[in-house]
Amino acid sequence: MKLVTAIVKPFVLEDVKGALEQIGVLGMTVSEVQGYGRQKGHTEVYRGAEYSVDFVPKVRIEVIADDTLSDKVVDAIVEAARTGKIGDGKVWVSPVETLVRVRTGERGTDAI
Amino acid sequence: MPALNSGDTAWVLASAALVMLMTPGLAFFYGGMVRSKSVLNMLMMNFICLGVVTVLWALYGFSLSFAPDTGSGLIGGLDYVGLKDTVAQLAGFAVAANPDAGVAEVPWPGPDALPILAFVMFQLMFAVITVALISGAIADRTRFWAWTAFTAVWVTVVYFPVAHWVFSFDGFIKSDSGGGWIANADQLGALDFAGGTAVHINAGAAALALCLILGRRKGWPKERMRPHNIPFVLLGASLLWFGWYGFNAGSALAASDLAAVAFTNTTVATATAIIGWLLVEQFRDGKPTTLGAASGAVAGLVAVTPAAGYVGPLGAMAIGLIAGVICSLAVALKFRFGFDDSLDVVAIHLIGGIVGTLLIGFFGTTSVNALSVDGVFYGGDFGQLGKQAIAAGSVMLYSFVLTLIIGLLIKYTIKFRVTEEAEVDSIDEALHAESGYDFSTLGGSGGGTGGSIGAPSTTKVPATAGKEG
Repeated sequence: MKLVTAIVKPFVLEDVKGALEQIGVLGMTVSEVQGYGRQKGHTEVYRGAEYSVDFVPKVRIEVIADDTLSDKVVDAIVEAARTGKIGDGKVWVSPVETLVRVRTGERGTDAI
Repeated sequence: MPALNSGDTAWVLASAALVMLMTPGLAFFYGGMVRSKSVLNMLMMNFICLGVVTVLWALYGFSLSFAPDTGSGLIGGLDYVGLKDTVAQLAGFAVAANPDAGVAEVPWPGPDALPILAFVMFQLMFAVITVALISGAIADRTRFWAWTAFTAVWVTVVYFPVAHWVFSFDGFIKSDSGGGWIANADQLGALDFAGGTAVHINAGAAALALCLILGRRKGWPKERMRPHNIPFVLLGASLLWFGWYGFNAGSALAASDLAAVAFTNTTVATATAIIGWLLVEQFRDGKPTTLGAASGAVAGLVAVTPAAGYVGPLGAMAIGLIAGVICSLAVALKFRFGFDDSLDVVAIHLIGGIVGTLLIGFFGTTSVNALSVDGVFYGGDFGQLGKQAIAAGSVMLYSFVLTLIIGLLIKYTIKFRVTEEAEVDSIDEALHAESGYDFSTLGGSGGGTGGSIGAPSTTKVPATAGKEG
């Protein structure tokens, strides 16, 4: 099993969700996060005084998939999230050792 | 020289202040309905009208609207440019002698004489809010300075002439002055007590033209754009309601029985419109909503505006109920025809204004006001209804066509719409370098430079958040 984590621009979330539904992903966890990479933050001005806002708002999407599906998940996210501009984000995959569905106690891929 | 009537003057000055409050009230009504990333832009589009329109009104707007007519009832002259000759001058109506009723003739300016400047300020606030109303149709995507340029051109070529047509009465500003073609009985003689045509149909038709020119917001209608602060919407609607007493009851231009009639009608029509809108929601959607209650109140206020001084309280209740039902159904038009009238200016102001203006032809009664006309339900014929339809249609057509022309000129010269990136990220941040709310969780709201962590600028709050699995 793999955990696919993606940090993407907030406004592509609906597109990514749609793309994942297309390939049969049944669930995901989404959180609003802030950070920076190559994309700069922005500057706000209040009565002439500048306030620099260094951290850019992003959305983090987490999907657990079995090994055969994880590459497809990555491809779907990358395709749906790409605008070609700085700040499109990153996607990475990490191994998952154990997975338990709390309600039933199912383990492993049955719990996805 | 006759003295001014101090009671009437006090009421009109107070009414002007009440109507002024409607524009910030509208800003919150609209501001709550947009997404959090564009709330400041929405507030600014309204607030700037208090700046721009006020200046133009003092320079030449009042004169074009209310100076003696230049000949054909279409526009006023230049007598009051720069508000010259307005200090210590009065306005009012002469009273004709009526021996049967024991009424003696009172020469101009009559018993309800006001300082011209009280009338100037009262009418200014109408001009300000009329332009501000349009902004709701093009929320979330309009360049601020392009909008500002639009407000200046639009009030000049659309509002000032139309205000003259509807609000300028023969023999009011001077004893021998002529007025506009819609208002006066020697021309059309349509009834519009406080601006169903000049304010609401006018703004609503312009809103339709502008949202067609600017086009849909990115993602609409597939992506539903949820209002970000419903309490703001209800607060704004309440401020509008409060200010509307100046708008309608103040339009009596006297602290009189007629003002009390208009006040009463304004209240009862708003009450029935809330109920009407909520009943539609209950039957159609299964739940009455807060947004619906606020919208119903505004729809009722709009519809009773032209009728406030010409119908009785029961007529006003009927007008409010009809407007509440029709306006709430009219919201579906934008989805049916695919125009992104973001905050439903067409459904509430254009449709509501038409409903109120036409229903005077049915519910009008001379029992409340000698200047009214008995409508179809009060023993009259369809003659007045025809006049009301001509007034509504003329203002709608004039406003729609002129707004299309102005809008296209702006679109193809200085550009009307923000870049897609600014629209998607945050129009507040891109245009105003501010954010409405500090949602920061990583640190304080900080000052100075460097190191401070500001509010997230884009908050298309994921509908899926917290609903995983």
